[in-house]
Amino acid sequence: MTDSILFARMEAHPADSHTLARYEATGGYAALRKALAMPPEEVIAEVKASNIRGRGGAGFPTGVKWGFLPPDIRPRYLVVNADESEPGTFKDRQLLERDPHQLVEGIVISAYALDVEHAFVYVRGEYPRPARRLQRAVDEARAAGYLGRDVLGTGRNIEITVHLGAGAYICGEETALLNSLEGKRGEPRIKPPFPAIAGLYAKPTIVNNVETLSNVPWIVANGGAAYDAIGPEGSRGTRLFSLSGHVERPGNYEIVMGMSWRDLIFGLGGGIRSGKQLKCWIPGGASAPWFVPALHLDEPVTIDDTGRLGSMLGSGAVVVMDETTNVVAAALSVVRFFAHESCGECTPCREGTSWLQRILERILGGAGRPADLDLLLDVSDNISPGLRWPPAMTTICPLGPSVVSPITSIMSHFRDEVAAMIPGAVTAGV
Amino acid sequence: MSETVSITIDGRTVAVPAGQLLIKAAEDAGTYIPRFCWHSRMKPVGMCRMCLIEVEGPRGTLLTTSCTMPVTEGMVVHTKSEVVRKAQEGVLEFLLINHPLDCPVCDRGGECPLQDQTLAHGPGESRFVEEKRHFPKPIPINDLVLLDRERCILCARCTRFSEEISGDPLIEFVDRGNHTQVNTFPDEPFASYFSGNTVQICPVGALTATPYRFRARPWDLEAVESTCAGCAVGCRVSVQAAQNEVVRLLGVDVGATNQGWLCDKGRFGFEYLRAPGRLSTPLVRGEDGELREATWGEALDRAASGLAAVLSEHGPAAIAGIGGARSTNEEAYAFGKLLRSVIGTGSLDARVGDGLDAALAVGGTGRIDDLERAKTILVWAPDLKEELPVLHLRVRRAATELGATLIVVHPRRTGLDPDADHVVHYRPGDGFSVLDRLRAGADDLAPVAAALAAGPVVAIVGRTGLTEPPDLASAVAEFAASLPGAAVLPVTRRGNLYGALDMGLAPTLLPGRASAEDEAARAALADAWGSPVPAPGRDADGILQGLADGSVKALVLLGADPAADHPDRASAEAAVAAAGFVVSFDLFLNDSNRGADVVLPVEGFSEVEGTMTNLEGRVQKVNRIVPGPGLSRPAVEALDDLAARLGRSLGGGADAMAKEIALAAPAYAGITWEALDWGRGRDGMIATLAGGAAAPAPAVFQRSVAPAEGMALHLARVLYDEGTMTLAGPAFAPLIKAAMLHLHSDDATRLGLAEGSTAVLTGSRGSTELAWTRDDSLAPGTAYLPFGLGVSVGAAVSVTVAPGDGSGER
Repeated sequence: MTDSILFARMEAHPADSHTLARYEATGGYAALRKALAMPPEEVIAEVKASNIRGRGGAGFPTGVKWGFLPPDIRPRYLVVNADESEPGTFKDRQLLERDPHQLVEGIVISAYALDVEHAFVYVRGEYPRPARRLQRAVDEARAAGYLGRDVLGTGRNIEITVHLGAGAYICGEETALLNSLEGKRGEPRIKPPFPAIAGLYAKPTIVNNVETLSNVPWIVANGGAAYDAIGPEGSRGTRLFSLSGHVERPGNYEIVMGMSWRDLIFGLGGGIRSGKQLKCWIPGGASAPWFVPALHLDEPVTIDDTGRLGSMLGSGAVVVMDETTNVVAAALSVVRFFAHESCGECTPCREGTSWLQRILERILGGAGRPADLDLLLDVSDNISPGLRWPPAMTTICPLGPSVVSPITSIMSHFRDEVAAMIPGAVTAGV
Repeated sequence: MSETVSITIDGRTVAVPAGQLLIKAAEDAGTYIPRFCWHSRMKPVGMCRMCLIEVEGPRGTLLTTSCTMPVTEGMVVHTKSEVVRKAQEGVLEFLLINHPLDCPVCDRGGECPLQDQTLAHGPGESRFVEEKRHFPKPIPINDLVLLDRERCILCARCTRFSEEISGDPLIEFVDRGNHTQVNTFPDEPFASYFSGNTVQICPVGALTATPYRFRARPWDLEAVESTCAGCAVGCRVSVQAAQNEVVRLLGVDVGATNQGWLCDKGRFGFEYLRAPGRLSTPLVRGEDGELREATWGEALDRAASGLAAVLSEHGPAAIAGIGGARSTNEEAYAFGKLLRSVIGTGSLDARVGDGLDAALAVGGTGRIDDLERAKTILVWAPDLKEELPVLHLRVRRAATELGATLIVVHPRRTGLDPDADHVVHYRPGDGFSVLDRLRAGADDLAPVAAALAAGPVVAIVGRTGLTEPPDLASAVAEFAASLPGAAVLPVTRRGNLYGALDMGLAPTLLPGRASAEDEAARAALADAWGSPVPAPGRDADGILQGLADGSVKALVLLGADPAADHPDRASAEAAVAAAGFVVSFDLFLNDSNRGADVVLPVEGFSEVEGTMTNLEGRVQKVNRIVPGPGLSRPAVEALDDLAARLGRSLGGGADAMAKEIALAAPAYAGITWEALDWGRGRDGMIATLAGGAAAPAPAVFQRSVAPAEGMALHLARVLYDEGTMTLAGPAFAPLIKAAMLHLHSDDATRLGLAEGSTAVLTGSRGSTELAWTRDDSLAPGTAYLPFGLGVSVGAAVSVTVAPGDGSGER
């Protein structure tokens, strides 16, 4: 059983894992040669057989997504979402900086399989160094014949364009990303049509995350079945987690899913800093509802278990908070982020996110009113009716419901703490 | 018929057109879903979220926007469930938290969708206790429109209009999230001929227009549906007045003509009605040679005796009439009857040397709505954006939204060029050779000829400029008529020129498109009128020539200013000045009637009732909502009084004329005021001609050619010229740009014109020095001068250009 797919090379060769020489010396681009010798359908079949689920947040099975492309429309596009903007997420950055050829190879293999001639990588605007590393890798790969015209003498043309965003979280949402790539305002599109039907320039488009595609060379080299043998059902393969917050050893970890949250936080993460107590954690990025030790610490880290418990693994950002955390301030920090990043296109998100921010600011400043407790939930309900997970939404895209997660989290797990900050509010006294 | 699907709305099953958006299907089926951003003439964006409803699906009910959801067979929709109610009220509350609620001082108060929705569904008080979002109060985004970003609910109607409909995307969202605002680009105003539409479609009072701002409250307005008289498109409008003054025009969407849109000139052009120079009392020339105020009796007596004197001394052929193209059909008919029947002259014209051949103008075979189905569109005509702006929008829609192939042929770039598939620019005078080569499918025009082979073809044909002889347009129309599925729309600008020609205001035409050269037709009309009908006399050019050489002694003008409107301005001015006796019916003093013997103040747009006929032959009603100023009277009544003084009444007022038209003009049979007001609807009725065009077609085309040496002049109108409407209405003053000479870079270099210098333009009627600018859309060897901006060198195509020394600059 393998426990490192994506980080193996950079851990073995920290000095030069990003170079073409090292990549080739460690078996790089062999998977591409193998793929090019296979019919494209077989490459797709291997990816399907791997049962890999998308690593961008929603966890949609990649092979199934690829199958949505209408068979007879060309050109098709492959767009790589490298707009890693979820607070607490920094895994794609490491892949881009330390092993960019792994991604490039994954892109070229996928483009070959999907009959795509032009792939775009949309890199977060705040990631100039990862973008430079990736661009260098693309240039090296083109010079070596791995992409460009007539890839490795197969007659296939596959080009990669690296595009740097301008600094908006919403451009990580796939349709806003496509708009931004087209030169328009980064605002989500109404779905349907989904990108696989009408995406970039209204053509069929597959949008995949950096981590997802970085797995493709391994899957092709070792076979989909080998990948499907790793980890529990529904959460196959290894998965990158960005562990941050009040842990002793924050950082990116590649794990086989199925371990418990306790193993992740107290084992790999080294436990809570300075011997403090764990208060709560965000299991999958700022959009995800929070977990608390009493209910969740011994639950397995898998996509489906996390969903069953009312949250998500999302982008793999685990943010740990210790007992010293003021949960209202923590929630405000998340809410303020989403209010700042709301694109402003639809009403509930544009108005609701900043309204929630201002209520929390008021409570934190000692000017909360007893009615604010219900108001927080009701405003949230008007963004995400029913306050359930996965969320219903009155908004165009999930950014609106994302702002609701910290609110419902603190109101369900720490209501008394919130009430205690409001003059005149009644606490349950427990 | 399109196929239908059956859907269930709130428990009621209805059949609706397949694929239609749910919001529209529900509305047509009697269930109104509240909305702010959705507009039936624009693509849905689903931004405001007000139209959220629930749709049942395989995975439970889904809350979704009805403006983005096409109906499908068996769809089950809930628009009044508790979830829907809470979601809609939530959206309303979100929209209101940062809305200033300054309704008492807001133009929209009383007719505001946000206000109405809040009254219907909103809570009595707000749960929002924070400070609202603030922006500096209204900022001008152009010379006519102001933007209040605090009131804005960011529905993108205005920005979508500018991008999708008018094609001048100069307003956009800037910033993001809670700071999102609509704004213009720095140093670039919302310079659009259509900006007023954004004010009309704004669902709140964020966009307001200077001519209406703070003028009235909606509940104090009276409104009447009418037809814009600004150009020959005949846009349907709601004319709204407060305290006997027109304060606002709104576009009305009846589909056939304007689809609800208006141009700014039409929308805001009503201000001239109350301009300071508006005539409110009759004027007669006194002993001292100056015009002085008079009573109607005195003025009419003077007019009658002056005309009678010419009649008795020189006969009826010495009297001529020009005008009627800005009047109603009833006024035009009365004018023609006065001239032909009472005075007995056959010299009359509604054109002033700037029109089309009468046979072409009344011989159109197309409808504006044909554009909706066109495969190919040929526009060989004036720049529609400058002269017939809403037709420009209709063509643009066909090309950008409906997929028609658009071909534009013109001496320089037009407003449609950016959306055209093929553009041909040619030197004025070379039009016939372009047509020959197009007909032959010559090399460079082969793709154009190929495109024209795909029908149905709509051909919009007119004179591209005033130096171009009208027979080129006739030849183009003849060619276009041979194209597959051809529908020809002959176009010229002036408001009711088509109606005036239909009323017989051309020497070759009798009322109802009968030929004046047809003895039988003249005899039939003579029977109806009880007086002889004279043989065809002179057209406008002939009349002006006759005035100049003394063979025409007296001129009757009905809302016409040939001295300013004739392409050869200097000659026309001299001709009118040479007239022995001039009677003018008008709203203003102008270059043609300032020297008249009698000036009679008449009522104008929104002050009289009647009909007008647009460029496709569509007869529509115009209605009265305000009285004219002072002693002004309906022109029909004044014409009738003058006729009575000359011996025989015309038979009554406008309503009597309307009844007579239906009898005397065969094409207008059955088109009555009652039918237009209450009958087949507000779309108007098409005047159709039984048995084809009666007017003779021009037999031989004059094949004008561009000058071999020197430059060819392209003389064409712009929307904001120095016309009565624009000069008298304060809204337009800043929009009138000074005339500039446009030259191709090669010519500028060849002529040695330095940047920023002036040029001397010399034509058939003089010379002028003016600023010049580069315009590489012109063919080399062409000089373009906007017409109607006070600069005139005559209308001959051959001109010369030389460097100026700055001394003669205007």
